[in-house]
Amino acid sequence: MSLAASSHDQRFGLSRVAVLPGPLALDGSATLSPLEIAYETYGTLDADAGNAILVCHALTGDHHVASAHPRTGKPGWWQRMVGPGKPIDTDRFFVVCANVLGSCMGSSGPASIDPRTARAWGMTFPVITIRDMVRAQGLLLDYLGIGRLAAVVGGSMGGMQALSWAATYPERVASAVVIASTARHTAQNIAFHEVGRQAVMADPNWHGGDYYGGEAPARGLAVARMAAHITYLSEAGLTEKFGRRLQAREAKTFGFDADFQVESYLRHQGLSFTDRFDANSYLYITRAMDYYDLAEEHGGRLANAFNAATRFCLVSFDTDWLYPTAESRAIVQALNAAGAPVSFVELSSPYGHDAFLLESPELDRIVAGFLRA
Amino acid sequence: MLDVGCGTGDLMAALRDRSGVDARGLEIDAVKVADAVARGLSVIQGDADVDLAGYPDASFDFAILSQTLQTTRAPHLVLDHLLRIGRRAFVSFPNFAHWRVRLSLLWGGRMPVTRLLPERWYDTPNIHHVTIDDFRAFLKARGIAVERAWFLSGDQEIGGSAANFLAEHAVFLLARNQEDCSRLSQPV
Repeated sequence: MSLAASSHDQRFGLSRVAVLPGPLALDGSATLSPLEIAYETYGTLDADAGNAILVCHALTGDHHVASAHPRTGKPGWWQRMVGPGKPIDTDRFFVVCANVLGSCMGSSGPASIDPRTARAWGMTFPVITIRDMVRAQGLLLDYLGIGRLAAVVGGSMGGMQALSWAATYPERVASAVVIASTARHTAQNIAFHEVGRQAVMADPNWHGGDYYGGEAPARGLAVARMAAHITYLSEAGLTEKFGRRLQAREAKTFGFDADFQVESYLRHQGLSFTDRFDANSYLYITRAMDYYDLAEEHGGRLANAFNAATRFCLVSFDTDWLYPTAESRAIVQALNAAGAPVSFVELSSPYGHDAFLLESPELDRIVAGFLRA
Repeated sequence: MLDVGCGTGDLMAALRDRSGVDARGLEIDAVKVADAVARGLSVIQGDADVDLAGYPDASFDFAILSQTLQTTRAPHLVLDHLLRIGRRAFVSFPNFAHWRVRLSLLWGGRMPVTRLLPERWYDTPNIHHVTIDDFRAFLKARGIAVERAWFLSGDQEIGGSAANFLAEHAVFLLARNQEDCSRLSQPV
C-alpha cells in the first residue's frame, strides 16, 4: 500500500467499500474471509497518519456520520459533532467512520452474499461480538495506512467499541471518548433486546432468517424497534412530547387504533425503521451487544482491561436509564485503578439515552476541549 | 497530583503549564467539570465523600483538598482517603476561630458571614466548621504528621501560636503515618 495520503487516493472519501482479504478470526471461533467494510473519510490524513479519529456508530447507525445519506438524502447522523470547525474538527483531524460488521448498511452481515454459496448468509452468518467489530475496523485502518488513532469516539454501542478499542489495541489508541455507554450489558439490557429478537422471530415471514428475495419480517422488526425506542427516551421526555394527548381525534374510540399520540409515534418509528434496516442484522448486532462484558474478557476485573496508555473522556446523561450514570462511574473507577488519565461528567438532559445525538453545547465543549488537549 | 474539589482546574492548569505536573481532579459541579475538561484537564465529576474510595492506594504523590474539608459530610474519612491515595496531602480550610467570626457570634449573636465564609447559615455548603486548634487536636489524635503549616490573614502570614485567633485560613501539609497506611490498605 502506498504511504502517500493524496487527496486523489481512492481509499479516501465518501461511500467507500473496502474488500479486506482477512481472514478475520472471530470470538465465536469462526473466521471471515474476505469481508467488506463500508466507510467514509473526512479531512486530510497527515503525512505521519497521526491525526486520525475513528467515529463508531450505534446499533442501527451507518458510516454516513457527516454526509447526506446517498439514498434518503437525510443529513449525517452526527453532523453537529463532525465537520469543519465542529467539535470533531475535520479541518484538523482525518475522520473515519465505518459501518459495523454484521450491519446491513454496506459492511458484511447476514444480508450479504456468502461467497461459498452465492446466497445471502441469513442465519449462517457467524455470531459476532463488539470486539469482532473492532478487529474488523483494525483491518480497515491497516488498509488505510493508519497505525495509531489520535482518538476513537462513540456513543452508546459506539462507546462500547471505543472501550473495546482501548482494551484490545491500547497501543493504537491515544485517547477515547465514550458517551452514554457501558462496559457490559446488564440483565435489563439483555431482556429488552430479547423482546425485540423474539418479536422478529415470531413474525411468520422470518422463516429462520431465510427471507431474502421474499417478504421481510417487517411487523416483527417494527415491534422490536418500538420496544427498543422506548428505552432511548425518558419518561419526562415522553410526557413532555406526548403526555396523554390523543392522535387527531376528540375522544377515545373504545377500540385498538392508535388513540394516543405516543402510540402513533411508536408505530411510525417501528414502521419507518423496517424500510432501512434488515431484521437479521438487528438480531446479530443486539446479540453482539448482549455478549459484551469487558470485565469478563479480562479475568472478571474491569481495571485489567485498561492501562495508562490511553486518555479517556466519559460522558453520561442523568435521564439515561438504558446506560445510566452508574455504568459510566464503574468504568471511571476501573480507569482510576488502572492509572489511566480520565475525565468524566454527567450532563443534564430531559431526553434520556438519545441525548447524545441531540443538541448539547456542553457535550460539544467537552469533546472539543478533550480532543484539543 | 490529585486536586479534590478542583473547581474549573485553575491550580491544575497552573501546575501543568509551569511544572509539567500530571494533575488529576475531582469536582462535584458538572459545569465546572465541563470547563476543566474543555481546557484539556483530566477531571472527574464526583463527590469527595463517595468517590475517593475508588482511587487505589498511594496512586498520587500529592492529594490536595483546598477549602473543601468543611463542606464534606465525613471530613475524617475524607482525610483518611486523602492520605491513603496520596503520599502527602495539602489541606486548607477557613478558620472558624478567627476573631471576626468570634466577634460576630459573641456580640452579634448571629452566624458569621465573612469574606471567606460568605454564605448565610441556611445556604452555606460549609456543614463542618472547624478551627485551627480543632484540626491540630484531630491530627494529633489520629497520629497524622504535620510536615508544614501556613496560617494566613489576607496575604499576611500569621505565627503558629496566634494562628487560631488571627488567621483567616490555614494550609497544612500532612504526611501519613506508616502504621495508618498499612491499616488503610487492607481491602475493605
